[in-house]
Amino acid sequence: MSENVGIVIVSHSADVARGTAQMVEQMVGREVPLGWCGGDPGGGLGTSVEAIMAAIERAWSEKGVAILVDLGGAETNSEMAIEMLPESRRDRIVVCNAPVVEGAVMAATEAASGATLEAVRRTAEELTPV
Amino acid sequence: MMIDREARKLLFETVARRVIESAEELTDLDRAIGDGDHGANMRRGFEAVLASVDELSAKNLGESLKGVGTTLVMKVGGASGPLYGTLFMSLGKSLADDVTQEQIAEAFAAAIEAVKARGKSDVGQKTMLDVLFPVLGVLRESGAGLPLRLKATAREAAERTVPMRAIRGRASFLGDRSIGHMDPGARSSELIVDAVADVMEGFA
Repeated sequence: MSENVGIVIVSHSADVARGTAQMVEQMVGREVPLGWCGGDPGGGLGTSVEAIMAAIERAWSEKGVAILVDLGGAETNSEMAIEMLPESRRDRIVVCNAPVVEGAVMAATEAASGATLEAVRRTAEELTPV
Repeated sequence: MMIDREARKLLFETVARRVIESAEELTDLDRAIGDGDHGANMRRGFEAVLASVDELSAKNLGESLKGVGTTLVMKVGGASGPLYGTLFMSLGKSLADDVTQEQIAEAFAAAIEAVKARGKSDVGQKTMLDVLFPVLGVLRESGAGLPLRLKATAREAAERTVPMRAIRGRASFLGDRSIGHMDPGARSSELIVDAVADVMEGFA
């Protein structure tokens, strides 16, 4: 079990999610638990609650998980996925209001330093224009 | 009224078929102001409901509605999965097999609140809520001809989304250009209400 906050990347496109995960791994290394998913349950562009739940499971850390999403449905489906998880985990998962690629890299950088979930979220959200 | 296993099965089948039949129309509406996936997403979700309709309707009304909701959440894909999933799951929380119209209205009101929270949206923003909310108004009225009033209200409410400007969802990216198109979520909600009303009337 990693001691760092985990990062989950949720995109409508599996290619975007995979590519973002590769960038995170290359820039931050493998010390941050990482999960990603993209595509709807039929394999088209979209997101899947089931796949998001599985990605959270892969990236799970006792310190929590920060999720980065791209467009609307990815956020709604991520929130739904969180609600369907056991209560003991729900309050240790956040959806960051940040651009998916830059947010994932920044969040993972922060997480790699051993930061708390809240600090990871803040760092990712600093990228969001107010 | 008593909503037994047969009635539940007929209800779910009728709603699912209506949505599946209209998938192309929903996709066309969504192509105009969204990302063009609403029809395909809803078809996938309701095909999954159809595929397990016997199993779903074998449970009591509350559990079977929750089952339909969970199926939609898992299979639809777009934002409409969690939104319709939440609607059905919330309805399932309080309804027993033997229900009064008042109880249905109460459950529907709670379900609308749950959908609002899930979508961080409200009435008047060119969404499914613009159909569901007027339908709640009809459910709260007593009197004869409920199915016909439900159908007419749902249709008019969906039409009223045409001149609205989208504030939530992908259509909001278009701003004023979302004006002049019916909201796809409003239309799919109308289809579902219409199908339920048909079952109530014995037309399905």
